[in-house]
Amino acid sequence: MAGERQLASPSAGRMSVREEDDAGIEIRGVRQTFGDVVALDGIDLSVRPHTRLGIVGPSGCGKSTLLSDIAGLLEPDEGTISIGSAETPRERLARCALMPQKDLLLPWRTALDNACLALENRGLARKAARELARPLFERFGLGEFEERTPAELSGGMRQRVAFLRTLMAEKAVFLLDEPFAALDSITRAQMQEWLLGALEEEPKTALLVTHDVDEALLLTHRVVVFSARPGRIVQSFETNFPRHVPRREIVTSPEFSALKEQALEALEC
Amino acid sequence: MLTAEKKPRQLGVAEKARSSDGRTRHVLKTYGPPIVLVVLAIGVWELLCRALDVPAYLWPTPSLIATTLVDNADGLASDTWVTLKEVVYGFLIAVAAGLGIGIALHLSGLLRRGVLPLLIASQSIPTVVLAPVLVLVMGFGIGPKLAIIALFCFFPICINTVDGLGSVDREYVRMMLTLDASRSAIFRRVEFPSALPSIFSGTRIAATYAAIGAVFGEWAGSEAGLGFQMLQAQGRLDTPLVFAAVLIVTLIAVAVFLLVTIVERLTIPWAKT
Repeated sequence: MAGERQLASPSAGRMSVREEDDAGIEIRGVRQTFGDVVALDGIDLSVRPHTRLGIVGPSGCGKSTLLSDIAGLLEPDEGTISIGSAETPRERLARCALMPQKDLLLPWRTALDNACLALENRGLARKAARELARPLFERFGLGEFEERTPAELSGGMRQRVAFLRTLMAEKAVFLLDEPFAALDSITRAQMQEWLLGALEEEPKTALLVTHDVDEALLLTHRVVVFSARPGRIVQSFETNFPRHVPRREIVTSPEFSALKEQALEALEC
Repeated sequence: MLTAEKKPRQLGVAEKARSSDGRTRHVLKTYGPPIVLVVLAIGVWELLCRALDVPAYLWPTPSLIATTLVDNADGLASDTWVTLKEVVYGFLIAVAAGLGIGIALHLSGLLRRGVLPLLIASQSIPTVVLAPVLVLVMGFGIGPKLAIIALFCFFPICINTVDGLGSVDREYVRMMLTLDASRSAIFRRVEFPSALPSIFSGTRIAATYAAIGAVFGEWAGSEAGLGFQMLQAQGRLDTPLVFAAVLIVTLIAVAVFLLVTIVERLTIPWAKT
C-alpha cells in the first residue's frame, strides 16, 4: 500500500520525507511570547521516532502553541526545534500533519474529497487522488460514507474523516490538538479506541495534546504534564499499557488509576 | 461562514414520502404572504382612487395601468428589450469587475491598503450626477448605461468579495498549510469557495440596483428604453404609461434577483440554511 502511494507521488520532495520517516522530535529551550504574554518557557522535550507523546495541561498553558511551533506555523522566540534533519519552520511544515479539535472538513467536498486534499495540493488529479484514498475508507470502517457531505456525518464520523485526511498527507509526524474535545464522552471513548487501533497500524511519531488525562495515558507512550501559563514541564512519565486490550479493562486497572492519580496531582500544583 | 458543528441531516423514508407535501407548504409559506399583501394593496388602491375620484394624470388606478400596459404592449416590449439588455450586460460587467477587483484586493495587502479606502470614499459620489458626463463622453448608445449600472452594482459585490475572502477561519488556512497547500491551492480550495455565500449576498443586493441604474442611464440621454419612455410619457402627462413602465422595471429587478438566487442555490447547495 505504501509503495503504491509512493509511486503515485508527483513530487520528488516527498521522497525525502519518506526517507526521513524515522524522524524523532527534538525541542531545546523553546520560549514563545505573544506581546507581553509568555506562552511557553524553557521547554525541552524529545520524542523518539515512531512513539507517541501526550501533553496534558490546564487551558491556556501553551500546549497548542507548542504544536504550532513544532509544525513550523509559528517560530519560537528562543530555542530550537528539529524533526530529524528538518530545522527551519518551512522544513518542519513539510514533515508535520496537524489534526485540530475542530474537524475543519470543507462542507462543499464529500468525505472522500476532503481526505484527498493533501494529494490534490501536491498536484495529483482529483480522480487519481480519490482512487488512492478509497482503500483507506474501507480499511478504517468508513466505506459507506465516502460520498457523504460533512453535514450528513455525525461528529465522530467527521473526526475519523479528518484523521484520514491527516493520514493521507503521509507526514512523518502527527500533531493531534485535542482531537476529540468537541465530542460527547461516549463517542470520545469509541474514537480513542479507534484512533489507538489506527495509530498502531500506521506507526507515526505523534504528539497528542489534550485536557483529558485518560486519553493521554491511553493513547501515548509517554505523558508530560504542563504547568499553567507560562507552560513549563512539571512532570513526565512513561506509560506502558497493553495495546490490544479493550479500553474498559485498561482504564479500570489499578496501574492506570495510579498513573492517573499521579498525573492529576501534577496538574494541581 | 465555515462552522464546524452542523446537525447531521438525513432524510428518512417517511420524511421523503412527505417531502413533496412539505414543499407545497413551504412554497405557500414563502410566497403566500407577499402575494396576499400585493393583492390587498392593489384592491385598496383601486377603491381609493375610484372613491376619491383621483384624476388619472395624478395617480392612475391599477386597472387603468393594466389596460395601458396591454394597449401599448408593442412599444413597451421593444423598450423592455432595450432596457433588459442594458441591465443584463451592465450587471455582468459589475459582477466581473467586482469579483476581479475584490480578489485582487484580497491577494495584495498593498493594493488593499491603498485602494480600498478610495473605493469606499468613492461611494459618496452620487452616480446620478456622473450620468450626464458619461453621456457626453460616451454618446447616446448603450455605453454610458452599462457604465452607470456597473458603477451602481460594482460596490456591494466588490466589498462582499473582499470581506468573504478575508473572513475565512484562519484554522482552515493552517490546516491547509500542513497539507502542503500552496498560496493558490489555499485560495482555490478554501478561501474562494467559503467566500461564495458572502459574494452571492453582495451580488443579490447589486441585482436590485441594476434596473434603477438602467433607468438613470436612460434619463441622462437615450433614444429608447423604459427610462426613456417614462420621460416621454411624463412630458405628455401620460401617468398611466409611466406607471406601466415602472411596473416592468420592477419586474426586471425581481427577475434578476431571482436569477441570482437560483444560480446561488445551484452553485453552493452546501450553504443553504
